[in-house]
Amino acid sequence: MKILVCISPVPDTTTKVAFTENNTQFNTQGVTMVINAYDEWYALVRALELKETGVATAVNLVTVGKPEADAVIRKALALGGDEAIRIDTESTDPYVIAAEIAAYAKSENYDLVLAGKETTDYNNAAVGPMIADLLNINYIGFASKLDVANNQATVAREIEGGEEVVAAALPIVVSCQKGMAEPRIPNMRGIMAARTKPLKVVAATGIAALTNIVSYEMPPAKTGVKMFTVDQMDELVAALHNEAKVI
Amino acid sequence: MSVLVLIENIEGNFKKKSFELAQYAATIAKNLGTEATALVLGTCDNAAMTQLGAYGTNKVLHVADTKLNQLSAKAYAKAVIAAAEKIGAKVIIASHDNVGKSVAPMVAAHIKAGIITGAVSYPDTSNGFVVKRNVFGGKAFAFVNISTDTKVLTLLPNSFPVIAAEGTATAETLAVSFDDQDFGITVKETNKVTGAVPLGEAELVVSGGRGLKGPENWGIIEDLAATMGAATACSRPVADSHWRPHHEHVGQTGGTIRPNLYIAIGISGAIQHLAGVNGSKTIVVINKDPEAPFFKAADYGVIGDALEVTPKLNEAMKKFKAAQH
Ligand SMILES: Cc1cc2nc3c(=O)[nH]c(=O)nc-3n(C[C@H](O)[C@H](O)[C@H](O)COP(=O)(O)OP(=O)(O)OC[C@H]3O[C@@H](n4cnc5c(N)ncnc54)[C@H](O)[C@@H]3O)c2cc1C
Ligand SMILES: Nc1ncnc2c1ncn2[C@@H]1O[C@H](COP(=O)(O)O)[C@@H](O)[C@H]1O
Repeated sequence: MKILVCISPVPDTTTKVAFTENNTQFNTQGVTMVINAYDEWYALVRALELKETGVATAVNLVTVGKPEADAVIRKALALGGDEAIRIDTESTDPYVIAAEIAAYAKSENYDLVLAGKETTDYNNAAVGPMIADLLNINYIGFASKLDVANNQATVAREIEGGEEVVAAALPIVVSCQKGMAEPRIPNMRGIMAARTKPLKVVAATGIAALTNIVSYEMPPAKTGVKMFTVDQMDELVAALHNEAKVI
Repeated sequence: MSVLVLIENIEGNFKKKSFELAQYAATIAKNLGTEATALVLGTCDNAAMTQLGAYGTNKVLHVADTKLNQLSAKAYAKAVIAAAEKIGAKVIIASHDNVGKSVAPMVAAHIKAGIITGAVSYPDTSNGFVVKRNVFGGKAFAFVNISTDTKVLTLLPNSFPVIAAEGTATAETLAVSFDDQDFGITVKETNKVTGAVPLGEAELVVSGGRGLKGPENWGIIEDLAATMGAATACSRPVADSHWRPHHEHVGQTGGTIRPNLYIAIGISGAIQHLAGVNGSKTIVVINKDPEAPFFKAADYGVIGDALEVTPKLNEAMKKFKAAQH
């Protein structure tokens, strides 16, 4: 069984979000790029576990991006995985990302494509299901458990107000979230090994974007916190009612 | 040209976010000089469907196939595409929840339409088709333009006040031909958290962090939530230590919520936690450390011991509730 894990580079979570060029560009100055947490901790680690237990035979990583993404995908390879593929194009529109991944994956016959539930920067939550549609296979979203046996996946997925256990025949696309696996830290051996693992750069098919970001806006700054003492709970409740109007 | 909106039902009935969605679609349709049609999938009460008219969607297409009572994103997407074709929809809308987030991107990819997920505004059509959405976990907004003829949107629940008007909708059955592969997903087991307010759509949330010291102290959180009719949430280390179930964990790696009121008790306010709750309209922070970073993101604050403040706040809430009746 072959697994493809979709890896997205995102700004480190402690990044101070700011914009330049009249609020039309994200300010990348001083920003460290890391692997999207859902892709790393859940999708990739679970894929590696499936390989370690003999269920999967190969774990490949794919990212859509420019050469800046290479450092991040090397970090992913340091955790494990056999080879990485970078599809060489700007990654902005979710359709472009999904269509490029689908175009590459079509001829590779992956049994399982794993994505994160969303990226922590643009929060689109769209690439996973789009890949499924473009490969014409089933999609299971928001998975917190994943097992594979006899060409069949058993997945626990989050539903409104609870959880559901579902089964599906391979191939499928699954988007992963908390619960799926425990985070790992790459060790020295992994980091050394990653240096010699293949990172294939493939040309993009040149699919055009269907959306574009026009501008950004920061939410209005908080006007400052109003403090109450332990003995002013009635006053706090009154403020929530009369002033904030939320109760 | 018209507007199609996928309205989910929960065991045959609708929730507040369904009405918000119907109203959102109807408003967009009106602005575009057209009408909105709701699409309902699986078994649904006829009386429930007529209710959608009160929110401006006067027509309902109903695909009654019982196999749709469980989510198969592929089958749902097929039904949405069939309905969109039937009415000539140029704007297709779903909720930004687990169902909509699974189905809408599949629809968009299938018909090669641009998609904007997590919309928080009506489209501005003065120069293209521009919608405001949350990015960076609520730390900023982006204005995104769709350049294709057909547009797909998912609406972030709790973005607009819901106002019922007069009107009833009429439902018409729509037949969609599915094949076996569309239902390639079989549900083995369903575990719903019963009784409690689902966190994702709660307007009021009471949340606890490591400052509560241990699971034995969660009674005060639950009591306050019960008084207020609020949902409960927690920080990640709390869920990681199994003090609380994982579905309650909010933040960058947990759930993203946007309640009207978020009360954070014994939570430091780490940036990864804030990422999940930043969009809350009003934030109250209770922390014994005056330097806790959460106070910077708060509207109201109390410096004190959670174990002392929380029961006092609960008493004050009870008094307030009693006075309201
Ligand atoms: C990549 C990444 C992703 C993450 N994702 C998430 C996420 O999704 N959600 C999340 O929550 N965290 C997340 N974290 C962890 C996050 O950085 C913080 O460690 C975490 O939020 C801290 O939880 P806490 O505030 O409950 O605990 P602590 O940081 O231990 O804070 C406890 C607070 O309680 C206060 N306190 C102590 N005793 C009392 C008392 N008696 N009364 C009142 N107050 C008291 C303390 O002053 C302190 O402010 C993530 C971290 C990383 C690196
Ligand atoms: N540029 C990218 N390259 C590879 N995979 C990506 C990329 N962007 C997003 N993904 C995958 O799709 C998931 C959802 O991303 P998104 O739809 O952008 O929120 C991510 O968690 C990744 O697994």
